[in-house]
Amino acid sequence: MACNGGGGGGCQSGCYKDEETTRDQPTASSETDSGTSSNLCLKCKLNVVVSGYGGIDDGRFCADCFRSNLFGKFRLAVTSNAMISPTDKVLVAFSGGPSSRVALQFVHDMQERAHKNFEASRDRSLPVFGVGVVFIDESVVFPIPSREMEEAVEAVSLIVSSLAPPRKEFHFVPIETVYSSDSSDGKERLIELMNVVSDPTGREDMLLSLRMLALQKVASEFGYNRIVLGSCVSRIAAHVISATVKGQGYSLPADIQYVDARWEIPVVLPLRDCFVQEINMFCRLDSLKTIKMSTGPSSSINSLVSSFVALLQEENPSRESTIVRTAGKLIPFQFNRIPEIIDGNVPLATRRRQKRYNLKSNESVSSESFCPLCNSPLDKSEIVDWSNHKNCRSSDTFYTSCCSSCQFQILPPDSTPMEKFYMDLPHSVVARSNKVNNVKLNALREQIQDCLLSDGEDET
Amino acid sequence: MEGKRNVRICCLCNERRASLKRPKTLQQICTQCFYLAFENEIHQIILSNRLFTRGDRVAIGASGGKDSTVLAYVLSKLNRDRDYGLHLFLLSVDEGITGYRDDSLETVHRNQIQYGLPLKVVSYKDLYGWTMDEIVKLIGLKNNCTFCGVFRRQALDRGAAFLKVDKLVTGHNADDIAETILLNILRGDIARLSRCSSIVTGEDGPIPRCKPFKYTYEKEIVMYAYFKKLDYFSTECIYSPNAYRGFAREFIKDLERIRPRAILDIIKSGENFRISTTTKMPEQGTCERCGYISSQKWCKACVLLDGLNRGLPKLGIGRSRVEVGCKEENESHGRKSIESKQCGSLDF
Repeated sequence: MACNGGGGGGCQSGCYKDEETTRDQPTASSETDSGTSSNLCLKCKLNVVVSGYGGIDDGRFCADCFRSNLFGKFRLAVTSNAMISPTDKVLVAFSGGPSSRVALQFVHDMQERAHKNFEASRDRSLPVFGVGVVFIDESVVFPIPSREMEEAVEAVSLIVSSLAPPRKEFHFVPIETVYSSDSSDGKERLIELMNVVSDPTGREDMLLSLRMLALQKVASEFGYNRIVLGSCVSRIAAHVISATVKGQGYSLPADIQYVDARWEIPVVLPLRDCFVQEINMFCRLDSLKTIKMSTGPSSSINSLVSSFVALLQEENPSRESTIVRTAGKLIPFQFNRIPEIIDGNVPLATRRRQKRYNLKSNESVSSESFCPLCNSPLDKSEIVDWSNHKNCRSSDTFYTSCCSSCQFQILPPDSTPMEKFYMDLPHSVVARSNKVNNVKLNALREQIQDCLLSDGEDET
Repeated sequence: MEGKRNVRICCLCNERRASLKRPKTLQQICTQCFYLAFENEIHQIILSNRLFTRGDRVAIGASGGKDSTVLAYVLSKLNRDRDYGLHLFLLSVDEGITGYRDDSLETVHRNQIQYGLPLKVVSYKDLYGWTMDEIVKLIGLKNNCTFCGVFRRQALDRGAAFLKVDKLVTGHNADDIAETILLNILRGDIARLSRCSSIVTGEDGPIPRCKPFKYTYEKEIVMYAYFKKLDYFSTECIYSPNAYRGFAREFIKDLERIRPRAILDIIKSGENFRISTTTKMPEQGTCERCGYISSQKWCKACVLLDGLNRGLPKLGIGRSRVEVGCKEENESHGRKSIESKQCGSLDF
């Protein structure tokens, strides 16, 4: 179809080139090693290769080189985006799955090295960044047997305690903690809230928003200043497609960068360049324990997309990275970077590197309006002109200020259930929507400041 | 739902019996209301996007298939009822495929009479000196779709130029566009991703192309053709046999089942993608040989034709050239492709 249009150019995408390299590479290596009997690692040329980790590098490296290659990807992402500096305190979001397990392992490795350097240096000038681990219990929303949860928690805390020294704080947090500041009946309200959402995809996405809310809450309560997620290429590729399918083309670039600082505590994705197959391989090689919670069958768009992308990846081993690379060409937002470091404690090299890699502001979009529910930046057409909405109920105001995707798949269309939904929302979400409106008001106020006679607004 | 099967009333007019469930909205409505809603939507799209201006000469790319037949029917109806003041033409391409195109062209000939629209047929034989039958005889069933797709695109432009039309409309529907958007993401074609979702393309070229069915579901087009009993041709091309349904198309159908709105949402996403200006885009130039738009020295059609005439038909296809589509790879692997319409029909 469009692939061979008269415009020429054809398909210059990586899919073609990448496949060619994959195909050519093994032959090339076997030619050079024609004398030896088995396939030697392309890098060290000493050990026998391992295979089965997917991607374009599959079957090229031995176990050791594979490990250091994967860690290298992680470290490059961390250092070039200034994700972790010596003075930071990072919170690793650990679900028990392989991706976040590897993220945790790598963060630990990095911390261990920093610690060794600290011990070795005479003046002890470089502090070692702190690490904490959080595990979120979502059983209120998707019930699982209590036995299983107990076992999971036990296993997780064992994993965390084994990763010492340096010691890591472990936070086991139920998802209903998002209510902890407003009331004691958080569990009931959360159940009520989720019951209003009927769309299966909407429920999953709602949980995703709540999970982030809980992560943010834990991080800010315990003084962390970074949240590390284990999102890998495969996960991000699936997100690209599902966001496209949900009509979130505008906000999509915000979610898939290394850094997402639209939240109070910036979120970082150091495994953004690693494949799920690589991650599984790593877990297998190092026999890292992972936990898989039993989940019911899902009929959501998210699971349909995941199986579609997995199918494509099987057909072409570079498909997922092509998807992520394509989406990477969409313009990110200004909050997709760590604010410039002025702190003198940060090594000069990191600062310089950050300058080089960081987004240039002319290549990013600034966005002032966000959906109060999922916090995605709003497109111009989604921003409401409040002059027409004078005297409506706060639940209606909330509805109209959400993005169209949330309106469709999460919020109830009728006003009575909508009011109920609004009443059951955690305080922080409601506050977010009020804050958005206040910021706008304040901006307007600033413009007319010199003509105002009183400080208050209620002079009428 | 509760056993009221026999007394369903159309939810739009509240009078007649509902006889169908609208794929786009799942409303249960009668055929009369469906026709009205279907035509109205297309009318609104035409108005809001200012697709035409009064007095325009407009060619309808007509293959004889369902999309273009419904397009020709609806467009001539709207032109009459809503007084667009357009001069409509049917434009068909004769690829020279015996047992397929000759039959479908007969349908177009009947449509010409039924809708009273003048018809122009451009043939590969006249333009390039080759029919698809001859090309397939020379190169076999592999890669033949590449030739056909490249040639068709140019043939349409040449036909449109012959008719001296201002615009060329094609029957691409919402499903097609959604599929193209997904495919361009999957294969990393950022240049095409940036333009494939616009309703008018080629505005910088000689003849702009537009897609009035951009937001129209394929299922609704089929439904319209079915209830109106329109005369169309529905056989697959004999050279792209196994009635391909690619991964992407199947995926879209699955999505539509879960959430009908997903098709429109994909298009919305496509429209909202903001593509970095620093991304390298192929430069648009003209072919040194035939003057057609091209990003290379020679346009793709000339490269392919040159190969054919020199008896080296693989020229311009093999891996030695960069400008090869991924499609060939998939075909040569003899496996199921990720895209559905193998015949480059998206350019038609």
